[in-house]
Amino acid sequence: MLELIQQYGVLFLVGSWPNGPLGGFAATLILAFLGMLLSFPIAIVIGIARTGGLRAPRLLATIWVYAFRGIPLVMIIFWAYFVLPRLTGIAVPAFVTALCAIVVYESAFLGEIVRAGLQGLPAGQAEAARSVGLSYGQTMWHVMLPQALANMVPSIVNQFVSTIKATSIVYIIGVQEVTFAAQQVNSMEVGKAFQTFMALACFYFTVCYLISLIAQYLERRMHRRQMGIA
Amino acid sequence: MRTNMIELDGVNKWYGNYHALSDVTGSVTNGEVLVVCGPSGSGKSTLIRTINRLEPIQRGTIRIGGEDIYKQGKDINALRAGIGFVFQQFNLFPHLSVRQNITLSPVKVGGMSRAQADELADSLLAKVGLAHKADAMPANLSGGQQQRVAIARALAQRPPVILFDEPTSALDPEMVGEVLSVMKQLAQDGMTMMVVTHEMGFARDVADWIWFMDEGKIVERARPDQFFTSPEHPRAQKFLSDVLRPHSVSSH
Repeated sequence: MLELIQQYGVLFLVGSWPNGPLGGFAATLILAFLGMLLSFPIAIVIGIARTGGLRAPRLLATIWVYAFRGIPLVMIIFWAYFVLPRLTGIAVPAFVTALCAIVVYESAFLGEIVRAGLQGLPAGQAEAARSVGLSYGQTMWHVMLPQALANMVPSIVNQFVSTIKATSIVYIIGVQEVTFAAQQVNSMEVGKAFQTFMALACFYFTVCYLISLIAQYLERRMHRRQMGIA
Repeated sequence: MRTNMIELDGVNKWYGNYHALSDVTGSVTNGEVLVVCGPSGSGKSTLIRTINRLEPIQRGTIRIGGEDIYKQGKDINALRAGIGFVFQQFNLFPHLSVRQNITLSPVKVGGMSRAQADELADSLLAKVGLAHKADAMPANLSGGQQQRVAIARALAQRPPVILFDEPTSALDPEMVGEVLSVMKQLAQDGMTMMVVTHEMGFARDVADWIWFMDEGKIVERARPDQFFTSPEHPRAQKFLSDVLRPHSVSSH
């Protein structure tokens, strides 16, 4: 396995870059990161709509969550692959197609995390905010969301880890990322499938483990700050 | 000038079929301290929460400073910014420092500059005896200190009236005194106050009027000396005999 990594390390890390598009593990991380980043605003809207008093937004957000949470990511990717070009009339790059699918998929899960974060706060927080005259929007922005987001950090990191792993599926529409790179290696090195995919697993595991460590650190720091220690 | 700060007229509230407030009528005059007491479930907390519209009512009118708070098109945020409210559980914002808890409303709702608001916060903290805690986080304060910050937060809105919903019920016994003495000071400064409380000592010393509630109705309203010496309603008599001897445990 070590020789494999020695020989194909660069392919695993960045794909055929700089001679071709950026791929490999770099592309995996960028895809997962952008997916989370872009789905986050949607998730906040969903979370607020799901906890709010307005019927129509609540219904729409609920449908969105149940629809996209109940479909495998690979279906959404296929769907995006065939529908996006028709909808937009242009050839959409595979990377963008995959990103759109991931954003839609993750927004459903993240939206539920935001909802739980908001509903987990004591009712007295919203009441206190309203009783000092803050509007609904100000209450959300200055009182509810900062507390909810802080409580949500562990779940968000969890979701990020799961997103990184979920991106492995996008190789089926030809997005160059680390699983795609592993496939390439596998087709070049006959009889080394086990080692190749073991190396791939190591990449995923290492990064996901590191992210969990960072999350633990952030969680502790946030807790200390709220306790006024740091 | 003696005008009515709070006027309740035939206020009714139901939770489903449960009649929580039944034809509550009464008023609080400018500068007066009204204590509302009664057994749990009598509707006193519900009543005080209707006055800044934390709870909606189904019938009747509530006027603050002569204005109907349920009038169509009433700016509810402006209404609430003009009424102080102190909760049983303090409800400080745990992610904000003590000073930020106090300045949030003056800056965001009142449009005050941050420097002015900080100055206001520091003077109010001095008033409640917590000037040295301005930069502390709420989690580092005792319950009594948190409730005093909550009172300072309510005062920062410069309200003509403050509502207290069982302000000492969640406190350890040794912290009740510090909160009550701040409230007493406010009363002496002429603040109009409506206080739901079980602290009968406070009621006796500070209240101008006492309302005794039972089953969603005001069953007795009296001056404190009269209420404590010769309560008329049998429910009030029983209540007083229970709360004034809280440590007597009858032998069975």
